[in-house]
Amino acid sequence: MPKVVKLMQGSEACTAGALAAGLRFYAGYPITPSTEVAELCAEELPKIGGKFIQMEDEIGSIAACIGASLTGKKVMTATSGPGFSLMQECLGYASLCEIPLVIVNAQRMGPSTGMPTSPAQGDVMQARWGTHGDHPIIALAPGNVRECFDLTLRAFDLSEKYRIPAIVLTDEVISHMREGVELPDPAEVRPLRRAAPSSPAGYKPYAADPDGGVPLMAPFGEGYRWHCTGLFHDESGAPSGKADVADKLLRRLQLKMDKNAPDMWDNVQEGTEDCDIAVVSFGSSAMSALSAVRRARREGVKAGMLRLKTIWPFPEPAIRELASRAKAIVVPEMNLGQLALEVERVAGCRSRVIRVGKVNGELFRPDEIYDVIMGAK
Amino acid sequence: MRVEFRLSGSGGQGLLLAGIVLSESAILEGKKAVQTQSYGPEARGGSSKAEVVIADGDIDYPKATDPDFLLALTADAYRTYGKDMGKGLVIIDSSIPLDPAVKARTVALPILETAATAVGKKVVANIVALGVLGGLSGAARPESLEKAVLNRVPKGTEELNLKALRAGLELARSVGEP
Repeated sequence: MPKVVKLMQGSEACTAGALAAGLRFYAGYPITPSTEVAELCAEELPKIGGKFIQMEDEIGSIAACIGASLTGKKVMTATSGPGFSLMQECLGYASLCEIPLVIVNAQRMGPSTGMPTSPAQGDVMQARWGTHGDHPIIALAPGNVRECFDLTLRAFDLSEKYRIPAIVLTDEVISHMREGVELPDPAEVRPLRRAAPSSPAGYKPYAADPDGGVPLMAPFGEGYRWHCTGLFHDESGAPSGKADVADKLLRRLQLKMDKNAPDMWDNVQEGTEDCDIAVVSFGSSAMSALSAVRRARREGVKAGMLRLKTIWPFPEPAIRELASRAKAIVVPEMNLGQLALEVERVAGCRSRVIRVGKVNGELFRPDEIYDVIMGAK
Repeated sequence: MRVEFRLSGSGGQGLLLAGIVLSESAILEGKKAVQTQSYGPEARGGSSKAEVVIADGDIDYPKATDPDFLLALTADAYRTYGKDMGKGLVIIDSSIPLDPAVKARTVALPILETAATAVGKKVVANIVALGVLGGLSGAARPESLEKAVLNRVPKGTEELNLKALRAGLELARSVGEP
């Protein structure tokens, strides 16, 4: 096939990635800066027999996605800060009931309505802990338009494989930015699908290895009868208030994420093999950071860049390794230090962690990060 | 080579589309291009800005830091962004009064009037402006600009937009060597 480079927007690439993954159901409520995803899904899904529904709000949106996922469809919704807040209760339900779904959360300035059209990265912790109770969650952060495609596709794969909700954490810059991209041939994409039982006879919807196993998921409407509840439940799916049942289930869910984390982790590194000053960032901030790191390198400073594509589960080994080498780790992010908290936790006393927060609704300029690198050497 | 453009004005003037078309024309020539935007929450009106970076190699930082070209179609945009201009060229509509606080080289061109009278519809001022930017920067060839315009404008408006683009390129030629 001839090489086709197309000018494409981040949101457009997220949608293309979802469609390549096999998206067949989208329910959402439009909100800047994620609306383009809804617009494109409304255009594309009917053409392939999929469904698009504009819901009354974000609570209804994620609830509809959960229902559709239970019938075996691959589902997605897209939102931004205030809408993501509304989705948190159902996100907990999806985590406990192990329902695969993908949420694109295009971050904007908050809290509250905030600055609707301005970029931010203030939902790092909300993505992890927005719903109550311990629960597994996956969050991937694209750093350019091509990665919007790749990581949305990947979010589907991971969510289907492990039955954990997956969040694609973009921001206004990444979602709205356009650049030339060459997408893979759809015929070469091999999306994963949740493992299903072979027969309804004796089907136990939550039977799995307690050591982090993933239960087989039967689609509703194909002859399987099972109970799906946000109450703690035993292997049959029936609610249970027993202490040992609750303990066993929640520990399995946690292990499901912890033990499979190496399969979920992904990052991009430049110059970290011998760096004195490391920069850890993600999303659009990482573009400014990379420009700053390259400039510092050109000027003889041993600077290195670690850009996280997986934020949750948090890539502890990558940070630990970096901390064993770099005397300082600079963490630029468009919030007041959310990712930095995790970096500090893992780096411990081995490296000095320098928080660089920006919360005025504007992307970092490279020189703002460059100055911190030069000040840290 | 890295050329940075800032297209500024008011929401609804179509500057975002102009930025998209400019980026696409560079991509058609095998160059790298990144387009970003910033605008207020209003559906129309309010300030609007599109930025385009065109380069031969990879672009790490997607925004304009020291634009080579600033286009301003409103007095507000000119005052806001004009004074940040260093090495680059400021291109404003002739209807905008000059501000002594803007030190950068400035050319005033009848972009809005050309769209309204010579081309015949003021809504195509963005494409006239695109022609001006393309012509003055040389970032994309006229035939690439034409192709990109045809890719992006609504059906039935192709001739109108091509006429606007050519009028913009003509305005750029009237400036001579920038």
